[in-house]
Amino acid sequence: MADTKEKPPALYEKQVKAYPQRIKGTFRNIKWLTLSVVLGLYYVLPWFRWDRGPSLPNQAVLMDMSGPRIYFFAIEIWPQEIYYLTGLLVLGAIGLFLATAIAGRVWCGFTCPQTIWTDLFIYVEGLIEGDRNKRIKLDKGPMTVNKIWRKTLKHTVWLVISILTGGVFIFYFANAPEILVDMVTGQASTTVYGFVALTTGMTYLLAGMAREQVCIYMCPWPRFQGSMFDEDSLIVTYEEWRGEPRGKPKKGLDSLGDCVDCNLCVAVCPVGIDIRKGQQFECIGCALCVDACDSIMTKLNRPLGLITYDSITNQNARKNGKPQTTNIVRPRTMSYAAMLLLVIGIMGYGLMNRSELEINVQRDRAPLFVHLSNGDIRNGYTFKILNMVNEEQTYTLSIDGLDDAKLWVIGVAPDPVEQVTIHVGADQVGTFRIFVSVSPDALEEHFDDMEFVLINTKTGEKTETEVAFAGPED
Amino acid sequence: MAEPEKDEFTGTMTTGHEWDGIKELDTPMPRWWVWTFYACIVWAIGYMIYYPSWPTLTDHWKGTSGYTDRKALEEELAVRDVERAVWYEKFTSQDINQIAKDNELLNFAMSGGKVIFGENCSACHGSQGSGAPGYPVLADDDWIWGGSLTAIETSIRFGIRSSHDDTRISDMPEFGDDMLEKDDIAEVADYVLALSTGKSDDDANEEGKEVYEEECASCHGEDGEGGRESGAPRLSDGIWLYDGTREAIIKQVTKPSHGVMPTWEDRLDDVSIKQVAIYVHSLGGGE
Repeated sequence: MADTKEKPPALYEKQVKAYPQRIKGTFRNIKWLTLSVVLGLYYVLPWFRWDRGPSLPNQAVLMDMSGPRIYFFAIEIWPQEIYYLTGLLVLGAIGLFLATAIAGRVWCGFTCPQTIWTDLFIYVEGLIEGDRNKRIKLDKGPMTVNKIWRKTLKHTVWLVISILTGGVFIFYFANAPEILVDMVTGQASTTVYGFVALTTGMTYLLAGMAREQVCIYMCPWPRFQGSMFDEDSLIVTYEEWRGEPRGKPKKGLDSLGDCVDCNLCVAVCPVGIDIRKGQQFECIGCALCVDACDSIMTKLNRPLGLITYDSITNQNARKNGKPQTTNIVRPRTMSYAAMLLLVIGIMGYGLMNRSELEINVQRDRAPLFVHLSNGDIRNGYTFKILNMVNEEQTYTLSIDGLDDAKLWVIGVAPDPVEQVTIHVGADQVGTFRIFVSVSPDALEEHFDDMEFVLINTKTGEKTETEVAFAGPED
Repeated sequence: MAEPEKDEFTGTMTTGHEWDGIKELDTPMPRWWVWTFYACIVWAIGYMIYYPSWPTLTDHWKGTSGYTDRKALEEELAVRDVERAVWYEKFTSQDINQIAKDNELLNFAMSGGKVIFGENCSACHGSQGSGAPGYPVLADDDWIWGGSLTAIETSIRFGIRSSHDDTRISDMPEFGDDMLEKDDIAEVADYVLALSTGKSDDDANEEGKEVYEEECASCHGEDGEGGRESGAPRLSDGIWLYDGTREAIIKQVTKPSHGVMPTWEDRLDDVSIKQVAIYVHSLGGGE
């Protein structure tokens, strides 16, 4: 063995608990702002109403599992249009790429729910147990009445927040005012309470206990977003050239750098790292260390930005006394932006030109065709009309492409006719059994082509669906 | 494989695995992950105690819950039977024509009938009643015994030439057995073939026509329109139970084949018979 003197590596690593110190500053304010906006949206969105007529739910944002439909204000998604959801996820991914290329891990540091709720939980922790030093002391100290009631209170408040979080989650899947009453009065289903318990438990566990462990070990995003950075991306870094050698300022020691080694940047870090060691994948880019360092530099009357949220290019420019540049327009960001616009365009076009009618026709395979007693050949079809409009539609259905073809619809038109009138209810799927018969003289091949012509009697919209008509082989 | 060594940048040991110069760090996993792993083991042990799991020498561990798939299925079926009882009541108390008018009952009959048909009928009549030589197509508009809901229900319930006392029965005589000469049979076969294609008007086949009117018309009708009371197939269309060739017709006149459909009264309950009758009626030929 090459390293016989080294101790064998530990089989597992204990979580080193971070005690983030409270800090004031620009980025802290931005974090409070995003936290308010995100939490505000989360709690308020289910209460918005949107009138869709009497037969449909009037909740603006709703995933109706039994419907099954997704409602988002004026947009209504049917299950077979689930690709819009895929589109949304693609949009989210490219958006993240673009944001990361421009401004580093802004998502992680400011808007990710894991960060938001952890931030909230740490704030509560600070209110009840005091700031960093008090918390460390409390944890190390013996079990006293003071410790017990503070811990109990903290966990109680955490649980209340978790229940509120989990409870609101349900509102996105059912009519919020109704389900709220049901939940409070104990009339909601076991499924509802089960999901509330699950989301509550996960919130408590992830924001209260796991915290940075989620970012470091569970989340795949930090692992590969390094590949979206370049030297022009804004990232949180320590200007080593200016800070080193670090040390407490003493008289007659002018050879020291600007860093006074106060360790405040480490104390405020929610993931418990030292930014002065350079870029690390654990860093979520929340920039609280920038606030911390700036507060010290202000006190010492030294220039700000020793820890800075800036690009590597600018850092090097400052180091070498060259002019700084902002370089947002570069091939990387432009290609992400182009992709983003393309996907937005495709989805927008799709939604604007979304058909409100879909037709599915299935020809019977057994029997392929049937001889009728008058010598005609008959085929059977299952004809489905998806009426995505919120009012009943009336259509006329006829056949094109086969001479003198007759059709009849079970339950609607029992006798062969050339055209039938059918109705499909508001926002419903109409399923019809249709038989089509022709004289064998009209057939040319084993399989002939024909079209079902469906005309909306009100709008005049004409939809042709080509299907095969089977006849005898010879 | 390289020796484990201390990585220069992270200070972590490597595992010694190396691929084209890329080395794998032996990063310790977080402790909560280990706890999760232990929790899974505990869960698995509990699971094995609660549910049937290990084989023993003569039998197997039944689990403290006593769960079996069969028991679970029986419970599900019991729930289903309770749910269906309402429907069954309506089916037994009503006439099939009334049932078919009620949209809900119709849907119940259709979905149940489809399964019953698949299990009991499609072996002979083909899936969705596509038929086979000797086994009538049920999707066309040609019926030997009638295509109304009641007629179909009767055919299913009592069968055709079955062992049931009320069975539908028809017996075409063996004309080859000292009743008609071979020549006469050939002539009448030609005449029947002409009937089926609508060319019987020309008087070319006087002899065949004569034999037909004497021997066949009483059951099959003057113009070959058939007779449902006696179960005599219509001959004036292009639909044949056996085959429409001259040889097949001669064979059928000489020594007729008589298919048998069993009575389903003993095998299917009243509700099932009504369901499957409604389903057959919907296949395309219902009258």
